[in-house]
Amino acid sequence: MTVVRDRVTTRIASPPMRRRLSPLLVVVAGAAIVVALTYTLPPFRTYQLATVGAYLCVTAGLTVLTGLNGQLSLGHGALMATGAYTLALWQNKFNLLAVGIVVAVLVTTAVGAVIGLAAARLRGPYLAGLTLAVAVVVPSITSTFDETFNSDQGLSVILNPPPESLTVEQWQAWLCWGAALVTVFVLALLTRGRFGRDMRAVRDDETAARLAGISIARTQVAAFVVSAACAGLGGALFAVMAQSVSPGAFPLTLSLFLLMAIVIGGLGRLSGALIGAVLLVALPAVAHEIGEAAGSQRLEGNLALTFFGVVLVVVMLAAPGGLASLRPFKKKGHR
Amino acid sequence: MDRFLFLTFDGLSRGAVYAAFALALVLIWRATRIVNFAQGAMAVATAYVAYSVSDATGSYWLGFIVALVAGLLLGAGVERVVMRFVDHSSPLNGVVVALGLVLIIQGVLGMIYGNEFRPATAPFSRDAFEIGGVALLSRYDLFVFAAVGAVVVLLTLLFTRTPTGLRMRAAAFAPDVSRLLGVPVGGMLTLGWALAAAVGSLAGMLVIPTELGLHPTAMDIVFISAFTAAVVGGLDSPIGSVLGGLMVGLLLSYISGYLGATVAPMAVLALLVVVLLSRPDGLFSRRAKARTA
Repeated sequence: MTVVRDRVTTRIASPPMRRRLSPLLVVVAGAAIVVALTYTLPPFRTYQLATVGAYLCVTAGLTVLTGLNGQLSLGHGALMATGAYTLALWQNKFNLLAVGIVVAVLVTTAVGAVIGLAAARLRGPYLAGLTLAVAVVVPSITSTFDETFNSDQGLSVILNPPPESLTVEQWQAWLCWGAALVTVFVLALLTRGRFGRDMRAVRDDETAARLAGISIARTQVAAFVVSAACAGLGGALFAVMAQSVSPGAFPLTLSLFLLMAIVIGGLGRLSGALIGAVLLVALPAVAHEIGEAAGSQRLEGNLALTFFGVVLVVVMLAAPGGLASLRPFKKKGHR
Repeated sequence: MDRFLFLTFDGLSRGAVYAAFALALVLIWRATRIVNFAQGAMAVATAYVAYSVSDATGSYWLGFIVALVAGLLLGAGVERVVMRFVDHSSPLNGVVVALGLVLIIQGVLGMIYGNEFRPATAPFSRDAFEIGGVALLSRYDLFVFAAVGAVVVLLTLLFTRTPTGLRMRAAAFAPDVSRLLGVPVGGMLTLGWALAAAVGSLAGMLVIPTELGLHPTAMDIVFISAFTAAVVGGLDSPIGSVLGGLMVGLLLSYISGYLGATVAPMAVLALLVVVLLSRPDGLFSRRAKARTA
């Protein structure tokens, strides 16, 4: 990290950017707020808070990939599934959670590198179609290798009980937010440095970026790998919270929800990723209450689905600033 | 050998549906440079309408016609209300808007009809005839071939033999010049979307009785297969999409038949990856050089 920062200072004599909040301050403040909340909120709200943290890991990584580097991924639900299944398999064999999360991130990173290598050669709808296929293929994989993944039923996750001084929800919230804050911190440092500028340069004009000596493919693969690692971490956290994994938990709509979350919050912004993560938890909860009030089960999930869709369309039509600025000089080509 | 023959015909029948669906994708891609990721959801929506009409009236064919008309209207509506206002400066915008439509359509369908699989009846028997002791084709397969064949012929005639088809092609390839020459470019776009959506609806009506039944997400896998077919054929080539559809159908049929149905989606993904990385302009594309935009 220090290397990156040194480069920045040597390359830019007078930073033209306005001063932003120091990531470290934000993280410390965030940790304090979360700890305070876990002691004041009722258990269910604390659980929701933990879910926001797990989503934040994923949305933060995705917004860096799509917002800063211009690569649209519909496969992040599948990457989350990779992390979740890895953790489940690890836990059921070794039951060492801390190591398991690291292993889940590493495995997802490797999978992300493979997808990223292909993605770096694709553009626009081609990339979207490929990643969409990745998202759809998850149930197929779990059914084909059902001895390992146990098909549609999925796997349960063995976990040790949390420390005695904490409730389960508190422990989950601390774990998820610890991971989320580390993720945001690392991403903030990464995107402020040279890597962030390289990604933006590649997004805005590949030819100009190449002329400036930036390797397009390497930058794109690196962005995908970083983003995949975040998705794997988020997936592992979801597996811990649910104490089970199944393909039904990672449907195509999950990937679309993630996309909605980063679009609505402003693409490429970590603060936007937080807004998106909160909405991913809050809106289904609101829809659930409306559904219960109306006494209709059909409303419940589908109301949130519809609302997410409307938001996605309206934001894209009314304020496409996020995505519109992605590749302004691109023509309709795919290579 | 018997099994191989059976799987071949089964694959061609599936492939015909993918071909129709891929054709719908290609129509819109050629006209607007948007891959309509909402195509599957739109087709499911019209199929729900069709089966509601069929249930109410007892007539499958009335429902079938309603599906096609609903497809025309839905396609035109989506173009006029949403897609026309998409900012085309980034190719991602059209994709994201289409995905938003997917969520809306699936959510609304779920609210109206529920998220259970609903049985969808086929108009013809799906039991295969035996020819020389080998089960090859069902009446339903013949119906599929006839319907898709008719669509391909009609679209070919429309685009190559009628003034409207000429205007549509002109509007797609040189919108500014066409506008100067008096072609209503916007109207042609709407017409293109309407036609494509109707073809998509037809494909949906044909494929849903052969799958698990009606469900808001019933077409997800079909969409992936058809997208793969369109990419195999080259997104710009209608003929390529038909050939690509048949190829994908055959591949899926052999894989499902010999390796198991659960492997099929992975095979589609593998094919998509291989084609995208080796021949991104499609196996049949006339344009030899890849666009380097």
